[in-house]
Amino acid sequence: MSAFLHTSLDVVEEKISAVGKSLGDQRELYLGLLYPTEDYKVYGYVTNSKVKFVIVVDSSNTSLRDNEIRSMFRKLHNSFTDVMCNPFHNPGDPIQSKAFDGIVSGMMVQTG
Amino acid sequence: MAGSQWELPPELCCRPMAFVALTGLDVVYNAVHRAIWDAFCANRRADRVPISFKVLPGDHEYPKCRTKRTSYEWYIPKGILKTGWMNKHLNLVPALVVLFYELDWDDPQWKEKQSECATKVEIVRTSLQGRNTKVAVVLIQKKTPLPPGEDLVASERAATLCNACDLSGKSLFVLPHTDHLVGYIIRLENAFYEHAQTYYYTEIRRVKSHKEFLNKTTHQLLFVRHQFKIAFFSELKQDTQNALKYYRTAYSLVHELRAHETNMLEIKTMAGFINYKICRLCFQHNTPLDAIAQFRKHIDLCKKKIGSAELAFEHAAWMSKQFQSFGELFDEAIKLGLTAIQTQNPGFYYQQAACYSQDRKQQAQQLCQAGATYPSPEPLDTQSGGLDFYGQRPWRQGHQSIDPPDAEKEKTGILALQIKERDVPHSELIIALLSNAVAQFKKYKCPRMKSHLMVQMGEEYYHAKDYTKALKLLDYVMCDYRTERWWGLLTAILTTALRCAYLMASVKDYIIYCMELLGRASTLKEEQKLRIEKNLIKVLTNEVPDAEPECDSSSVSAAKSLWSDRMALAGSNELTIEVQDYIPFIQCKAKFQSPSFHVDQPIQLQVFLRADCPHPVSFNKLSVSLSNQEYNQWCVVESSGQESMSLLPGKTKRFNFSFVAKTEDVGKKIEMTGIEVMLGSDSGRCVFMSWRGAGGDAASTHEALQASRSSRRWGRCLEARQEPDWDSLTMQHSTMIISRVPKISVQLSHQPPALNNEMYCISVTIQSQEEGVAKDVKLTAGLKPGQDANLGQTTHVTLDGSKVCDDTAPALLPDVPLGDLKPGEKLEWCVYVKCVSTGPRVFLFHVAYSIDTTVEGRQIVCKCHKDETVTIETVVPFEVSVKFVSTKFEPLDRVAVDIPFLLMTDILSSSPWPLLLASSSLQLTGESASECFCLRCPPLTNSNSTVATGQYLISWRRYSSSADSPLIQTTVTLPHVILESVPLYIHADVPSFGRVRESLSVRYHIENRTALVQEVEMAVEPSDAFMFSGLKQVRLRILPGSEQQMLYNYYPLMAGYQTLPQLNISLPRCPTTNTHTLRRFLPQRIFVKWLSESSGSAGGRRLHRCSLRRTHTHTNRLL
Repeated sequence: MSAFLHTSLDVVEEKISAVGKSLGDQRELYLGLLYPTEDYKVYGYVTNSKVKFVIVVDSSNTSLRDNEIRSMFRKLHNSFTDVMCNPFHNPGDPIQSKAFDGIVSGMMVQTG
Repeated sequence: MAGSQWELPPELCCRPMAFVALTGLDVVYNAVHRAIWDAFCANRRADRVPISFKVLPGDHEYPKCRTKRTSYEWYIPKGILKTGWMNKHLNLVPALVVLFYELDWDDPQWKEKQSECATKVEIVRTSLQGRNTKVAVVLIQKKTPLPPGEDLVASERAATLCNACDLSGKSLFVLPHTDHLVGYIIRLENAFYEHAQTYYYTEIRRVKSHKEFLNKTTHQLLFVRHQFKIAFFSELKQDTQNALKYYRTAYSLVHELRAHETNMLEIKTMAGFINYKICRLCFQHNTPLDAIAQFRKHIDLCKKKIGSAELAFEHAAWMSKQFQSFGELFDEAIKLGLTAIQTQNPGFYYQQAACYSQDRKQQAQQLCQAGATYPSPEPLDTQSGGLDFYGQRPWRQGHQSIDPPDAEKEKTGILALQIKERDVPHSELIIALLSNAVAQFKKYKCPRMKSHLMVQMGEEYYHAKDYTKALKLLDYVMCDYRTERWWGLLTAILTTALRCAYLMASVKDYIIYCMELLGRASTLKEEQKLRIEKNLIKVLTNEVPDAEPECDSSSVSAAKSLWSDRMALAGSNELTIEVQDYIPFIQCKAKFQSPSFHVDQPIQLQVFLRADCPHPVSFNKLSVSLSNQEYNQWCVVESSGQESMSLLPGKTKRFNFSFVAKTEDVGKKIEMTGIEVMLGSDSGRCVFMSWRGAGGDAASTHEALQASRSSRRWGRCLEARQEPDWDSLTMQHSTMIISRVPKISVQLSHQPPALNNEMYCISVTIQSQEEGVAKDVKLTAGLKPGQDANLGQTTHVTLDGSKVCDDTAPALLPDVPLGDLKPGEKLEWCVYVKCVSTGPRVFLFHVAYSIDTTVEGRQIVCKCHKDETVTIETVVPFEVSVKFVSTKFEPLDRVAVDIPFLLMTDILSSSPWPLLLASSSLQLTGESASECFCLRCPPLTNSNSTVATGQYLISWRRYSSSADSPLIQTTVTLPHVILESVPLYIHADVPSFGRVRESLSVRYHIENRTALVQEVEMAVEPSDAFMFSGLKQVRLRILPGSEQQMLYNYYPLMAGYQTLPQLNISLPRCPTTNTHTLRRFLPQRIFVKWLSESSGSAGGRRLHRCSLRRTHTHTNRLL
């Protein structure tokens, strides 16, 4: 699975570089569906500081539309920003935040 | 065989082209026929009609046509599509048979030939019995035909020939064998093409006509078959749009078939075929999105149609093939100009194909037991040697009911298939697909996907027991994962690599992977690490390590014997491993204590080691190599005897080294070139872990960055900690050796600013504060190098201040030996600098010496030096201004020839220091010195011109300088003066003063300066202040060059300054010279005293008052 995440960065990188050339700052953070594969759908999201979020959804799950995924990313981003604002957090270290974990597992439960 | 079972048949994958048979050509022995055949075959470019030609003998037997069915009522089809059908229509049943016959219109044996031709046509017709195949005749003629309609014989004979052969006029052609063969051939084949199209059109109609006889319950298979045939004929007809339409119908029909376990393979096979055709046509029509959509639909429909569970691997194999062939179609379309993108390229299909091949392999391993023996009557053999219908089972061909007819046969058949599957080289297939995918992902810029697939390839090689290739691939991608810090993935790769290394008994690789798996980047569990460390220690003591888990037992036993062979080999038990690019379990960082050391200080060096493995690790030697190898001996630490040095897990150990630098290395850099830690011992196996430079590894740079970030935040916490934080330890891999700090003082004393051209004295005081004798003290003094190049020419330095130095003196005096200097001794030297130009200059005073000293008991000779620099401004000492005045101190704008005048110089000192001009001195700043020179200009031939007045030399020195210091000569160029000549010169002898009522005699001298006799009229005007006696008005003549004197006795009447009586002189012959011009030579006034008793007070008043220090009254002759 992590190999899978790793490979999806190829597309993220390509998309960022393509967008970076044309629009600059007014970039849409949500990158949309990255990869078509047999079993999963991979969605990407990149913040302005180039922090990447990836959500992987089972291909058979049809309940999640683009808009839902987008709002999930927004939520994730907000929560991530909160973590980064914590003065006790050192950027680059693994995230140890109950609030963040709560948000993430909340999403997992919700999507089933 | 088993691998090729899934290959798509070539007749499916090719582009169908109309089949035209050529008969009556003898291409072996007849050159003309050969040329005709070549013209048909050669150069079949895209612009020529798509026909496949074949030369067949005239009596060739074409496949027999089965008798036409009149009713389908009792007919039950045995399968969807016969295996031979496509090939039959591509290669066996022609759309058109062309008979070539050599016959000219005017052939003498026309009749015989005509009937022979008719016979031949008849033979062809017979062998095509029942088919709709067209027949055409081509007459090969030697003569060029006449234009149509002109050759009456020809048209008549053509008609009879057509009759005889039962041909329509459209099917008879003439091929003149002339130069324009290719042109005729192209026209011919276009005509053939039309015939072929008609043929395929009738075939389509024929197949369509069956439809009405079919019923939906028993003839479902036929619906598919007929649609497929129509589509295929459409393709042959080159009507790809309709072909696509019919294939699509066939595709939906195939999924409407009742599917059950026995016919699942047939349905899938046909679905796969039709899907392939559809996708192929979509790509051909340049609608790749349709192709992709069709393929997705196909996969979604078929994914779950596994069929028999015992043959599940077949489904995987089929799925893999679907993806692979789509990938190939996609790739082919790209080669023909389609553009793919990163997220939609053939790589994904190859990858998925590989994925299904992996599934296939897994299922094959599960389902195909090793023990079974192959069933004895071969169940897979058929009578014909092949299958009648695509996708059927050999042991029950044509069987279409739900249950297999014979359970026993079914069982042996499946067993046979399973046993065959066991022999399939799955890994080879997977690797081939993966490498296809890698090539695609490389092309579409997906480096990570590429790495991921290469890992899979490596793993597959591992499964295929090709460990060398596996390691090569894994090694290649490992560093990518390392640099991107995906530790989980790296650990997984390393684990596979370790297994490979173990099974190959590759000692070095084994050690490397162990080291990294024990290191901090590894995400292995503690017990795994313990096991690996145990194995590593075993290898170091030359023992066979324990097998890695999850290796199959046969390979393990082979590996064990390999290992014991390795261990038995004597010698070569030393290994050096470059660990810099890995993340080994021992970390190393080293630093020089300081970025620079003085040569008289010991150089200090620290090496930090830290182990990340679970057990303490011991090592026997630590050595640091430096750029100057002579120092290496001081930077080694070895275990003594039995005791080895050990590192505790997670603890940092520090080793200090120090050594004394050589004096030759002053000014040089010492670098650490490498650090080596020796694990193991000579008795077992020595492994040198070697770091380049000052240590660190693939992950330490990022860790240091991370640490610096956190330390910035938690700076205070860090201070409180006792042990230094490993991550924030910085490496210092080089140090400078700099010269010893000089213990000597150099002081400069001087009086700035320097004056232009003077011998400026800078006094240098050197005092030793050394404890020993400073030897070979040398002074380098002068202009600091590297300034404006002109300064070097206008600056002169000398030690001799007794005389003014000349231009040969250098700007910098190098290495003036000053001898030895005892402790506390003081030396004083004067350096004289002559600056020819003004402006600032930087002067350098460099004192070098050597001294003996001891560092850590070692005697060394140190060279020390001390530099002093000073910036000195040079200014002009004084400014000189010059003016010309008459003897009466009236400013002159021009000078009369041969008449004395005065030159006055004003010297304005701009020096802050008092100056001595020659022998008198000027005490105050800003004071001016004036000198007066009385000059007379000699007569010149060309009067009224300007002349140069010459130069003015001033000899001077500083007032403060000693008496023997040289005088400096400064030359001032005087301004030019305008000369004029006067014809008459008059001057008067007048006493300096007169007294009231005392006679005062004044004598006027009148000189004639011209070469002519001058007549002078002279008159004295009356004055209130004087009475006078003498000629009041006179006219006289003066000879050339002579003078006349006139004496007057004036008798002053009043005291004080009195204007003398005016003398009016006129020269009638020389009107330019009037009284006024002459009067300036005469005194105007005189001071008249009272009677003699008051002369004392009046005497206090001088005629001239000025601040002259000295007055020279030279009578210089100019020029």
